[in-house]
Amino acid sequence: MAKVLVVDDEPNIVLSIEFLMQQAGFDVATAEDGESALQSVAETPPDLILLDISLPGISGFDVLEQLRGDPQHARLPIIMLTAHGREVEREKGLALGADDYVTKPFSTQALVEKVKALLSEDA
Amino acid sequence: MRTDPVVLTVAFGYLALLFVIAAWGDRRAEQGRSVIGSPTVYALSIAVYCTAWTFYGSVGRAAESGPSFLLIYLGPTLAMLMAPFMIRKMVRIASTQRITSIADFISARYGKSSSLGALVALIALIGITPYIALQLKAITLSHAVLVNYPEAADFRLADESFWVDKSFWVALVLAVFIILFGTRHLDASERHEGMVAAIAFESLVKLVAFLTVGVFVVFVLFNGPMDLFSQVAESPRLVGALGLDAVPGGATGWVGTLVLAFLAFLTLPRQFQVLVVENVDERHLRRASWLFPLYLVAINLFVIPIAMAGMLLPFGNSDPDSFVLTLPLSAGLEGIPLLVFIGGLSAATGMVIVETIALSTMVSNQLVMPLLLRSKRLQLSSQGELAGWLLGIRRVAIVLILLLGYLYHALIGDSYSLVTIGLVSFAAAAQFAPALLIGMYWRGATRVGASLGLIAGFLIWVYTLLLPGFAQSGWLDPDFLERGLWGVGWLRPYALFGLEGWDIYSHSLLWSMLANVGILVGVSLFTRQSPLEQTQAALFTNAMNPGLQHTSLWRGQTTRGELQSLLSRYLGANATARILADQKSSRDNSDPAPPAMIARAEQALSGALGSASARVLINSVVRGEALDLESILSILDTTSQTLEYNRRLEQKSNELAKIGEELRTANERLRELDRLKDEFVAMVSHELRTPLTSIRAFAEILRDGKDLPEDKRIHFLEVVVLESQRLSRLIEEILDLARLESGRLTLTPQKLDLVSLTRHSVDAVHRLQEDRGVTLQLDIDMDEAPVIGDPDRLEQVIINLLDNAGKFADDDDPKVRLHLTRHKEHFRLSVEDNGPGIAAEERERVFEKFHQIKRLSSSAGKAKGRPRGSGLGLPISRGIVAHLGGRLWVEDAPQLEGACLVMELPQAPE
Repeated sequence: MAKVLVVDDEPNIVLSIEFLMQQAGFDVATAEDGESALQSVAETPPDLILLDISLPGISGFDVLEQLRGDPQHARLPIIMLTAHGREVEREKGLALGADDYVTKPFSTQALVEKVKALLSEDA
Repeated sequence: MRTDPVVLTVAFGYLALLFVIAAWGDRRAEQGRSVIGSPTVYALSIAVYCTAWTFYGSVGRAAESGPSFLLIYLGPTLAMLMAPFMIRKMVRIASTQRITSIADFISARYGKSSSLGALVALIALIGITPYIALQLKAITLSHAVLVNYPEAADFRLADESFWVDKSFWVALVLAVFIILFGTRHLDASERHEGMVAAIAFESLVKLVAFLTVGVFVVFVLFNGPMDLFSQVAESPRLVGALGLDAVPGGATGWVGTLVLAFLAFLTLPRQFQVLVVENVDERHLRRASWLFPLYLVAINLFVIPIAMAGMLLPFGNSDPDSFVLTLPLSAGLEGIPLLVFIGGLSAATGMVIVETIALSTMVSNQLVMPLLLRSKRLQLSSQGELAGWLLGIRRVAIVLILLLGYLYHALIGDSYSLVTIGLVSFAAAAQFAPALLIGMYWRGATRVGASLGLIAGFLIWVYTLLLPGFAQSGWLDPDFLERGLWGVGWLRPYALFGLEGWDIYSHSLLWSMLANVGILVGVSLFTRQSPLEQTQAALFTNAMNPGLQHTSLWRGQTTRGELQSLLSRYLGANATARILADQKSSRDNSDPAPPAMIARAEQALSGALGSASARVLINSVVRGEALDLESILSILDTTSQTLEYNRRLEQKSNELAKIGEELRTANERLRELDRLKDEFVAMVSHELRTPLTSIRAFAEILRDGKDLPEDKRIHFLEVVVLESQRLSRLIEEILDLARLESGRLTLTPQKLDLVSLTRHSVDAVHRLQEDRGVTLQLDIDMDEAPVIGDPDRLEQVIINLLDNAGKFADDDDPKVRLHLTRHKEHFRLSVEDNGPGIAAEERERVFEKFHQIKRLSSSAGKAKGRPRGSGLGLPISRGIVAHLGGRLWVEDAPQLEGACLVMELPQAPE
């Protein structure tokens, strides 16, 4: 069973995504900031990460950059989540190697489909 | 006592005393303690007008033609009455243009013309020579009378050679004496202070001497004036001689003599010298205008009594010109005659000294220097020191002038009486009056007109007064006096154009003035002025206009070094350094000289050489021209306007710069505000999206999940409700903030008790805090704390502070302390917690909008169940407190060692 890591500092958003992913049949791990996310990746590597940009401490961009810099995780599917709808951030995220980019508030169906698509592609 | 050695010793002693006074005056001047800075000294120096002619001749003239001699003194009195208008203007012009003589004055007026200056100098030399001769004659005569009395005083030249003639030696001694104290300094317009002091002293001596004789004659020889007059009344001959009818030429003679004296007083070189050139202060004219006429009254007081006495007493064929001497001599006195001799000597020497100095300055500046500069300019330029040259020229001129005077005396001195000779010179000097006076008031007078008028007037003077004098002395055929030149009747010198029955002076004056003025005006109307002439004419006629203080405005180019070498050649190194020293320019000799410096240099040279020569010299080093009249007038006209315009322009430009600066600042501020607004909008959108994300996600989950377990459904619905509340609160806060920042926040301030308000607020959060296990400590120091405030808003602030403290307090054992205390005229409400505290550099930033979101999140994440903050609470709280006149800030927690927020509100007035 594929494992999805949800990284966000908003407990209710984590709660909703966790529920959606479980419902879609994935294992779910959660992290509320960048450092614990990296720690989680190192301990039990996920198959996909849903990564919020605005995090306390190191930001989602920093986490993305570090993971892409590590050959082990260079191809790990990562979907960026952001409440900032600006094009610039989207561009930046994609340039840094994010696989997709989701703007909050998001459509639950679209999110689940994106995750499924990336995981099946990956498989 | 009347022996030659005694008389000569006294005479030389007197001259030595004069010299001492002059030297003393000069030294005082050098020390800056001028002795002539007094209007009295000025008035006395003007009394050089009273020469030996006055001293001896007035009595002579009174004896010959009654009270007509008084006219000679009424003319100057009239002139002095007009001093505030006319003489003051002459003084003003002379000082701004650094005028050295009347020739220089006229030359400067007509475009600094050297030819006109030379003409005036020449006429002055010829015209004044008889006058100097007169003084020599007076000295010689009085000496002869004094020594020879009671023998007839025969001092005539006869057939003997000149070296046995005493007049010749008198002339030579005077020449040496004048050289000694008249040409010690070069700069003529530096003024001869010593000379003026000596002249003023001489005026006192001659007055005292004359008054002494007068008193002696009236009160010793006769028993007072009544005795004298009654004796005269008994003699019909005397009554007729002293009556008004005795004036030659009748009424025209009166007017003619008056006008002549009036003009000569202003135009005689020596009068111009003391009156104008030597004037140190225009204001001196005020006292002089009454003191000098008073002097004239005093010195004339005893003229008629002495003349009467002389004619009453039997002296045989004694000359009336000598009555002053012969009357006391006839009484067998020794001392008074010697005093009279000294008085006469002082009157004569005073005149000769000033006249010779004035003439020698003219000769050197107007005749010799221009010729030298023109013909041998190159050679002169190659000379090192020219100051010595100038002094040499002047000294030679002094000797020549006195020798000329002697020559005139020797040739025709016997044919005219003292008064007659004086009036001949008066008539010559009067020829300068039209060019001088008309030039001062009529801008249109031209150089050509002035020159031709002067020449015409002078020629008529020569023909009607000078030549007849030669003829009467036997040097010319006297025939033309009777029959006219070439036998033409209307060319008779004393009856020109058939004008008969006038005295010779009024006759000469009429024709010469008619020609002089007529030609000056007529020719001026048809000739054009050169640019420089126009400039000078404008400067002269407008001299009293305070706007016209510049003598010439140069726009040419020269260097400081060139000016320096020019000046030092003519004035010497010291004077040059002084002239250039106080210029505020650089010391570099290759630097261009500013126009003011060029003008100053020209002035300085004018003072030494006269304006015409100074101009030639300045022109030789300055490339380019002086400004012409049009430029000067337009500068004068527009300068004030331009200054005003520039001032306004500058003001405007300053205002514009200021406005520009303000605009730039405002623009920057706007940009900053715009950036802040963008940032704020981005923040707000981010903050709004976050609860919205949860709401939408759970709403979709609920919508799609028909088979959700009941507990999950209820949980998710609760989340939606909470997040919706959060969203509402956020919107409310954003609106609050917007209202605060735009000033539209509506507060309803009223007097309230902060103690009860605080308790009320604590009650509102108490249950929530207890739920989270927060220990709340309340320390309230007073029963009542009256403040002015909006109760709802203040409660909002206090709740916000308590909320924040609860969030930041230690996770395991959260503690919050509220302390209400008085501080001077204020109440302070502080809320502290036992959390991590706020770093010093963060203490102001917590009041920035959305600032503490991340910090809140990090700690809030661990302490689940605590509500999220928006990051707007503190900015809003601070805005509200500021609105109420209070302050809100962060400081160290005094007891719990966490963060401490302090609100301070002023105590409400009773």
